Amino acid sequence: MNSFFLILVVIGLSVAGYAVGRARSVFAAAGDVRILHSLPSYYGMFVALGCGLPAILLLAIWLIIQPQIVDHMVMSGLDPSIMPQNADAYSLMLTDIRNLSSGNATSREASPAIVAATERYLALQSIGFWSMVVGVVCIAMLGLAWARSQISRNFRARNAVEKIIRALLIVCSMIAILTTVGIVLSLIFESIRFFARVPFFDFLFGIHWSPQTAIRAEQVGASGSFGAVPLFAGTMLITLIAMLVAGPIGLLSAIYMAEYANPKFRGIAKPMLEVLAGIPTVVYGFFAALTVAPMIRGWGEGVGLDVSSESALAAGLVMGIMIIPFVSSLSDDVINSVPQSLRDGSYGLGATKSETIRHVIIPAALPGIVGAFLLAVSRAIGETMIVVMAAGLASNLTANPFEAVTTVTVQIVTLLVGDQEFDSAKTLAAFALGLVLFFVTLGLNVVALRVVRKYREKYD
Amino acid sequence: MTDATMNSKPGTEIRRPTLTGERLKKRYAAERRFRLYGLGSILTAGLILVFLVGSITGTGYTAFLQTYIKLNISFDPEFLDPAGTGDVAQLASADYGGMVKKNLRDNFPEVTSRRDKRKLYNFVSPNAGFDLRTMVIDDPSLVGQSLDLWIKASDDIDMLTKGYVDRTLEESNRRVSDTELVWYDKLDSNDRIESRFNTDFFVKADSREPEEAGILGAVTGSLLTLVITLLLSFPIGVMAAIYLEEFAPKNKWTDLIEVNINNLAAVPSIVFGLLGLAMFLNFFGFPRSAPLVGGMVLALMTLPTIIIASRSALKAVPPSIREAALGLGASPLQVVTHHVLPLAMPGILTGTIIGMAQALGETAPLLMIGMIAFIVDVPGGFTDPATVLPVQIYLWADSPERAFVERTSAAIMVLLAFLIFMNILAVMLRKKFERRW
Amino acid sequence: MSEKKKMAKSDASPASKATPPNATPKMKGDKVKVFYGEKQALMDVDLDIQPNEVTALIGPSGCGKSTFLRCLNRMNDVIDICRVEGKITLDDEDIYDSTLDPVQLRARVGMVFQKPNPFPKSIYDNVAYGPRIHGTAQSKADIDEIVETSLTKAGLFGEVKDRLLEPGTGLSGGQQQRLCIARAIAVNPEVILMDEPCSALDPIATAKIEELIDELRENYTIVIVTHSMQQAARVSQRTAFFHLGELVEVGDTEQIFTNPNDSRTQGYITGRFG
Repeated sequence: MNSFFLILVVIGLSVAGYAVGRARSVFAAAGDVRILHSLPSYYGMFVALGCGLPAILLLAIWLIIQPQIVDHMVMSGLDPSIMPQNADAYSLMLTDIRNLSSGNATSREASPAIVAATERYLALQSIGFWSMVVGVVCIAMLGLAWARSQISRNFRARNAVEKIIRALLIVCSMIAILTTVGIVLSLIFESIRFFARVPFFDFLFGIHWSPQTAIRAEQVGASGSFGAVPLFAGTMLITLIAMLVAGPIGLLSAIYMAEYANPKFRGIAKPMLEVLAGIPTVVYGFFAALTVAPMIRGWGEGVGLDVSSESALAAGLVMGIMIIPFVSSLSDDVINSVPQSLRDGSYGLGATKSETIRHVIIPAALPGIVGAFLLAVSRAIGETMIVVMAAGLASNLTANPFEAVTTVTVQIVTLLVGDQEFDSAKTLAAFALGLVLFFVTLGLNVVALRVVRKYREKYD
Repeated sequence: MTDATMNSKPGTEIRRPTLTGERLKKRYAAERRFRLYGLGSILTAGLILVFLVGSITGTGYTAFLQTYIKLNISFDPEFLDPAGTGDVAQLASADYGGMVKKNLRDNFPEVTSRRDKRKLYNFVSPNAGFDLRTMVIDDPSLVGQSLDLWIKASDDIDMLTKGYVDRTLEESNRRVSDTELVWYDKLDSNDRIESRFNTDFFVKADSREPEEAGILGAVTGSLLTLVITLLLSFPIGVMAAIYLEEFAPKNKWTDLIEVNINNLAAVPSIVFGLLGLAMFLNFFGFPRSAPLVGGMVLALMTLPTIIIASRSALKAVPPSIREAALGLGASPLQVVTHHVLPLAMPGILTGTIIGMAQALGETAPLLMIGMIAFIVDVPGGFTDPATVLPVQIYLWADSPERAFVERTSAAIMVLLAFLIFMNILAVMLRKKFERRW
Repeated sequence: MSEKKKMAKSDASPASKATPPNATPKMKGDKVKVFYGEKQALMDVDLDIQPNEVTALIGPSGCGKSTFLRCLNRMNDVIDICRVEGKITLDDEDIYDSTLDPVQLRARVGMVFQKPNPFPKSIYDNVAYGPRIHGTAQSKADIDEIVETSLTKAGLFGEVKDRLLEPGTGLSGGQQQRLCIARAIAVNPEVILMDEPCSALDPIATAKIEELIDELRENYTIVIVTHSMQQAARVSQRTAFFHLGELVEVGDTEQIFTNPNDSRTQGYITGRFG
């Protein structure tokens, strides 16, 4: 028996509630449903919602809160002698207990006190679960009974149901906002903890990034140096290479499709670009690491260049390929919204097609194209899998595309994947990087979307 | 300004453009060049696509085959059931590995040195014993018999069969030594080497041994994750779209939601992973590596796609239909549920399928919530530790064995097949229900 | 300044009389048929356009007058499904001949559109665009000169001389349209086609453009499509009346408006339909 089953029970109760409500309304109308305010199904729905909604709500809240309470009770019930002193040790111990209770291996030998705590943890969990079951089912029944008691001949069931559904609709549309708030809060909270250990400006302007090694062993709280400049530089280098590939190819493809191609050609080329856009990034990453990087290395050796096998060039090239369809479809939209009258004006003066494109259409579409490029840059900065698989891990402050560089996203992944020490500066650094990533891409997106929107308004 | 320029007949004589062939030729050359750049760009993109798919299928198709070696296996009671009890528990815990090794020695009596023996053991998959164990448990009467059986070869031998081992290289530079080559050729000339369809690839989960590794675990994980994603993002996305398109007043608040959704659509996916890690795992204490959490993270990520697609589908329903229904006395909600939503449904479903395809191919956020663990079991539920197909690809791509390269490519082919299927579904849906108002 | 101009014009205008029919036509349409896909938009139009004259094409909406106009500099080529049959000549040269290309033709037959469509560039660049692409001018000074004279001829120079580098889209509607005319004459075409050039303008701006058209007649051959019969009567020497894709009647403007031969023309100019 688990929470899924409980959800099924609640749904079952709601269905029963529907039947009860419907029957009740027909009974209240003495069989003549025309005298009811609403259709019988609305009365059914009202009871179903009255039964299911509070129950599901309680279930959700319970699921969120219970672990916190159980954690707290287990930890405060520990023997004072082994009570962890600081937050790090606290969460480490908690993780051990959790791992033990789910039967996983722990990072160290479990002491009897920990084993006892684990037992207590499991017991509390099961108590919590069963009281949740009882609570949720009770609420469901109560809701059902209450809703049923409301039903009378004149009860405005449809209005009530519609009000509830409208409220649900609003809640759903708020989820987007909540997601953003959640992202911002989680990034900021973890980052604040990071900046409590590593000074903000050391992070932002430092040129040494080596989260793994201690600079000085006796240094308190520092397990490495966290100067993020090499990561920013690496990200920019790869983004630049990607844009040098995607910019011209994407834009020229868009121009060809919008101005030259006949419908038949478009019918083939457009889906082809869509396929390119639909290929998962992990596939591009594999392609970059396994095919492109060795190829570039080979060519480099052929002309006597020393090319790293994780060169920025390989990652950048493949990222550029990934972004081509992005640039081309956005530019295509933009070029198509340049009014025909401008083209006519230019043709009417005896300009050729390419002259019209270069001197009239591109300048007219420029703001939109800039917006498209900004969105593409933001895409490139945030792209993860290609660089994780094809770019380097070690930080390297260079502008040489044949060397290996690392990027913000690569570091986020390497810091957080694998054995994690919770709450170490190392893991928290990932959140600080995430924060920078989020705000940089957000800034680019806001500017780009505004530019594109302004541009659209100009010609609409 | 002088009067002269004011005059309707300006002083300068009329100068007609000199339309000499020379200049016109140049202009047309420029025109052709420009056109060629455009065509070249599209062709480049196309060639890259062909090259990408070609290089992946080229390395991947061999993974659908697996090499087997025909060996004479005697089910020696000495290994299996020395006491002769016939007890199933005894049969299950017997030393099958030892038995396989003994049989290998018997098949190659000429091998005597310790080093050569180790090479010989390397011929068959380390897991070959498990297959024999299953056979014996199914049929205990095998004990004491001696049979010619096809045994799964190790990855090195598999690679050799598939031609990935370059025999011209120095012996120290290849995975298969000269002695092994001699044994192999002997087996081959006796028709004791065979390639068969690699069913294990489709029915097994991950393994450290390439010849044992399959994608079923990852595919199941992807499926479970997508179910959660769909269950969360579809209703929430459609309801949000309905509210924003049909009911929301045009005010600052609605504007904010809209801008917010557009921005969320462009937030890097890894940031959603960080959200999942900080919120769902660390704060709410949900289980790590679980499809439940993966599905929730991907749901948040695909939500903007579904909302945007649903809104444009709703927008495409002409207002006259809403007016007609309202005119008959339907409540606004009835108008939406009875008329607008059914008409917009094909568009909404198309958008949802595309969103699901995105979610299926997503890797980075799932790494953050620990779906990268090495998991040898096929997940059985939403809270079991699991991995997904793209993450499996990432893991295999990281493995050093040559045999994992072809498996990675093969897994990519499977993933692409799923994506192509979903996209074709979306296109068909769009074609079938395309409506011109 | 506009005062002065007006006076100069009022001296000139009574002299405007149609050229005698025996003069060689600048352009000549011979059995011109136009199809949009399956639909025929023009039926066997025969029309001569006399040099240094304003020819007005009038008729109800959808009668084919704009279609005919766009045939004269092959602007219809831009539309995929459009097909032209028959023969149109410019100085006895077939403009649909395969050896003559549209770019060359359009440099000789310029066009001004219904809606002012200045490019999103500066006023200067708008006017300089034609000379630059055709290579008419060699130096910066040449272009400066062409820009100035063209703007002057279009009666716009005085108004914009201080802001030549500001975007052309910032001008008022009437100014924009005169800018478009300046842009067209900067190439120095032989014929200027105008497709309802005043339909998007207010009456004052319209008056200015009409005045301008009359002045341009001295140097250029002008064909104008107009919706307004008053405008046709004011600016043109010859008028052609189109109806349902047919050229119903063509003649001196005065004759068409006072004594039309065809009853349909009569009906249209007296406002019975259209």
